[in-house]
Amino acid sequence: MIGTLQEWLSNPLLVRWEGGPWEATLVTLYMTVVTMALTVVLGLPLGVALYETDDSASPLVRKLNQVTGFVVNVLRSFPFFILIIALIPITSAITGRSTGPNAAMIALTIAAVPFAARLFELNLREIPAGKIEAVRMMGASRWQVIRQVLIPEALPGLIGSITTTTIAVIGYTAMAGSVNAGGLGQLAYNRGYTGYQTEMIVVTVVLLIAIVILVQLIGDRLSRAVDHRARTA
Amino acid sequence: MITLDGLSKVFPAPGGGDPVVALDGIDLHLEPGRVHGIVGRSGAGKSTLIRCLTGLEKPSTGRVEVDGTDVAALDGAALRAARRNIGMVFQHANLLDSRTAAQNIAHPLEIAGVPRAQRQQRVAELVELVGLTGREDNYPAQLSGGQIQRVGIARGLAAEPKVLLCDEPTSALDGSTTRQILGLIADLRERLGITVVIITHEMGVVREVCDTVTLLQDGTITQSGDLLDVAADPHGPLSAELIPLPPAPTGIEALVVNCDYGNSERFRTTDDLIRLAETYEAEATLVAGTIETIGGCQVGRVQLALRNRSGQPISREGLTAFLTELEAAGVVATEVTA
Ligand SMILES: Nc1ncnc2c1ncn2[C@@H]1O[C@H](COP(=O)(O)OP(=O)(O)OP(=O)(O)O)[C@@H](O)[C@H]1O
Ligand SMILES: [Mg+2]
Repeated sequence: MIGTLQEWLSNPLLVRWEGGPWEATLVTLYMTVVTMALTVVLGLPLGVALYETDDSASPLVRKLNQVTGFVVNVLRSFPFFILIIALIPITSAITGRSTGPNAAMIALTIAAVPFAARLFELNLREIPAGKIEAVRMMGASRWQVIRQVLIPEALPGLIGSITTTTIAVIGYTAMAGSVNAGGLGQLAYNRGYTGYQTEMIVVTVVLLIAIVILVQLIGDRLSRAVDHRARTA
Repeated sequence: MITLDGLSKVFPAPGGGDPVVALDGIDLHLEPGRVHGIVGRSGAGKSTLIRCLTGLEKPSTGRVEVDGTDVAALDGAALRAARRNIGMVFQHANLLDSRTAAQNIAHPLEIAGVPRAQRQQRVAELVELVGLTGREDNYPAQLSGGQIQRVGIARGLAAEPKVLLCDEPTSALDGSTTRQILGLIADLRERLGITVVIITHEMGVVREVCDTVTLLQDGTITQSGDLLDVAADPHGPLSAELIPLPPAPTGIEALVVNCDYGNSERFRTTDDLIRLAETYEAEATLVAGTIETIGGCQVGRVQLALRNRSGQPISREGLTAFLTELEAAGVVATEVTA
């Protein structure tokens, strides 16, 4: 066992930086972090908008809510692999090429934003109506309610949703690898699957699992740190 | 301070059935600087009434005037400004879990745009006022129900409103905490001269702190007035709840009469009734009763056992004359038939 491990660790294919698993890890992390940054920036307003417009008095706003909700549902139910292929013309128009991490991130973001927005909307729904009403009765504007009640009160849940979305995005990056996005997924596909290097598959899978566990751990910690509600056993 | 003029609120039925008439032509005037109780069964429209006062619910018809402004006619920024004149306290306090006690208390000031230094000073005053010193940096989850409600009251008072509206402020609290919170409300009225409206289904709350009481039934007012007048009016629907009828005593070898006094110029205490009985050659013993002192006046619903000098029940004629004299002086007196 130890012997095998040592053998692996000195395997030039695995320790080499360029084209090796460590470089691929960095590419995967890069895609994930940028995608998630975009997802929070775009998904949170979308989630808030879905929540705020749901029971609007204006029929026009309600219609808009329904249309947005429909688009979100369609995008969410799109298999990611098909989405990424369908988006090739758009991504190559924006980034100038149809492969590579930057092209993949557009597809990743388009898949992650609706996913996250729905989760954010659910997080907001869990806030008791009485708390929102109490602040409205202090004379708060809609914007003040969003900033001072909705976001801070839902924050533990929102962080949980970001964690869940991040893990889904890591899975998507691996899938994007099979269409030359780069990163661990592509490494496993090109060298492991097509190139018959079984060690490469094992190493990339272990690395992906480690990243997911780490993300979950950090997410849980953060969520707990901002959670001041009473813990019910 | 608060004037309701023909206030009605009709909710459209959710399933397309009959609409719900939550409030039906409410006329009410609440004087400044007093504690007003609004009581009524569940579904009577109490919460709807208070929501109309804050503009959270638009009346279907009628006027809602708070401190000279017609709340129902306001919108947008003007309504938000008017709301800052009204403090609100809720049954479950509705504090934000993401804020400490001090931050919750400061919230109305933050919304009103009060500068930070001023805010901190005001919060310190309020913490002291409601007796929360030392707990200001705790989150609601770290406070007891009574402390949470103190934070809720401090928050309601933060922006120095003229009116404090309380929707079931003590219904989630135990007896002794309820008394503390009511004591606090009475004290605040005394010190700040604020107008308080308390919605409750607990008659004890009304007896303890209210100056006036209004009974809401199916969206209409069935009785309203000063606590003493309402309690002392034995024919009104509220007096039996404020001054509950004691259970009829059993196994007493005597005639028992029930007397409701408080409305009478001549008979102001139970002793006065007992003294009258003596003039009818009867000894009256208090066997059961509820007596309250409201605003320095006694209101009572008592049962007296009447016997003559030899320990026998008194005569029919004597009884009738006794009851008649009491009735003539404004005491509702009836024989209790076991
Ligand atoms: N938004 C609403 N839509 C439809 N009906 C409503 C709405 N709000 C209240 N009602 C109805 O109006 C009536 C009065 O309700 P309200 O909440 O004012 O009662 P309440 O006196 O506060 O009762 P409780 O003591 O249980 O709190 C009820 O029949 C209720 O079902
Ligand atoms: Mg209610």
